[in-house]
Amino acid sequence: MADLKALNGFVDKLKSENPDWVVDTVEALGELTVFVDAKNIVAVCEILKDQHDFDMLADLCGGDRGPEDDPRFEINYHLFSTIHYHRLRLKVLLSEDEPNVPTVTGIWKTADWHERETYDLLGVIFDDHPDLRRILLPSDFDGHALRKDYPLRGYEPYSLT
Amino acid sequence: MSVAVDNLTDPADILDDSLESQMTISMGPQHPSTHGVLRLELILDGELVVKTVPDIGYLHTGMEKLFEYKKYQQGIVITDRMDYLNPLGNNLAYVMAAEKLLEIEIPERAQVIRVLMCELQRIASHMVWLGTHALDIGAMSVFFFCFRQREKILNLIEAASGGRMTPSYFRIGGLMMDLPAGFERRCKQFLDGFPDAMDMFETLVSGNTLFQSRTKGIGIISKEDAISWGLTGPCLRGSGVELDLRKHNPYTGYETYDFNIPVEDGCDVWARFKVRMRELYESEKIVKQALERLEPGPTKADAPKVVLPDRDDMRKHMDSLIHHFLIVAEGFNVPEGEVYLPIEASKGELGVYMKSNGGPKPDRVHFRGPSFVNLSALPDMVEGELIADVVAVIGSLDIVLGEIDR
Repeated sequence: MADLKALNGFVDKLKSENPDWVVDTVEALGELTVFVDAKNIVAVCEILKDQHDFDMLADLCGGDRGPEDDPRFEINYHLFSTIHYHRLRLKVLLSEDEPNVPTVTGIWKTADWHERETYDLLGVIFDDHPDLRRILLPSDFDGHALRKDYPLRGYEPYSLT
Repeated sequence: MSVAVDNLTDPADILDDSLESQMTISMGPQHPSTHGVLRLELILDGELVVKTVPDIGYLHTGMEKLFEYKKYQQGIVITDRMDYLNPLGNNLAYVMAAEKLLEIEIPERAQVIRVLMCELQRIASHMVWLGTHALDIGAMSVFFFCFRQREKILNLIEAASGGRMTPSYFRIGGLMMDLPAGFERRCKQFLDGFPDAMDMFETLVSGNTLFQSRTKGIGIISKEDAISWGLTGPCLRGSGVELDLRKHNPYTGYETYDFNIPVEDGCDVWARFKVRMRELYESEKIVKQALERLEPGPTKADAPKVVLPDRDDMRKHMDSLIHHFLIVAEGFNVPEGEVYLPIEASKGELGVYMKSNGGPKPDRVHFRGPSFVNLSALPDMVEGELIADVVAVIGSLDIVLGEIDR
């Protein structure tokens, strides 16, 4: 589906702009993943949007690798272009002690709800987000449900009554 | 006596204040026009909407958590319950993500049947949209005519899979089973009656001046905003962006079918309405082409460790029985990796992010539901509109809460 050669071209341009931006790249199953440091994510996204036509953030989702892993959390940014139809995945790794990443709501408005969902379910903090509240779970919910150490049925005793 | 009267505020002042002050109204979660359990907090100035805050999560059932505790093939039935108007689309995205991780090739016949069923499902989904959208605006009878057409499609899906709303028809590596005898004839019967039904809808709804005046110029979202909000599907095409993943990121052989992408640049409810109406004709075209392409052949991939064997094989071959036992009891291991697989569902881009650790259960499954993203743009669309138009805009977004809340 995706043209890896063209995608690698975007990564090369990113590297020539600032070599620190691209930590690592992984090619697998026709998709390209670019690892980016949390502090650089806004700058990288801005360049990709303004200069390389990645004008849509198709998806933003987080993942938990498990409590014993460090870095524990990963945030995936699935970028898409409505002009050249390429897709690119940016990945930010976060440790459990400092699960903070700057928000990209200033670049794509759609990041608003995606970031709220990730905060809600994983407890990742998006710095400078305009309205970082829980979205799917009630505001008095205890814990973050998608973390691997959160039990499937929650902490409260299970009862049907 | 006179002192007491002096202390009173002038009644005219009270009246003026109440007219000028803003009022907060909670719409839903049980409001019929919110298409499920969506709650909107509307801040109104008179009848004008100043601000809208959608409140979702009433239907949250932790499906993404549940995927992590189920084997890959068990996850398919969960996807049925997300966008319950387009379950085959959800099945397709999920199984295609797993197939991509497993690097399995699907036989030609299975691909054609997938396209055929998905387009039938798209028509059924759009029928519900048309019926409820018209109902929200006040046209009651359209709803019944739409559901009559939808019922015919649900009967077809039931004939193929055994389930009306929860088919789980697509499996990892192919289909649950081949189409039943006589399916093509029944499908053609449906197609024969469909143009007449469409003519009726065009007369009843599209040609209705009341409907037009309720939808034209309402809920405007510009092309740039639509892209920034991540709108996809008919909502994006109603804002003048030609983007259809069936053409631009093709899957299951959609690139070989002949169909057009309807685009309107009105950016309003009426434009989104027209896009979906024109899409119905395109889906009908694809269904016809797929029917012509149906050639006899296998419907399951040649991957015995992943695909359940036929019952007949199990009675005759020892290894089939062993494979069946292992797949059901232990599942199959999926190679380590991660994929993001987008398809064009009836409501927009349905993306599945799937990450495998190498075991029989996924490490993470995330559904990017088109309804979730499209709804997030609602506050932008209804700002400054009349409160009565909010239901028209919600109808034009075609949301399903099962997919938003997951």
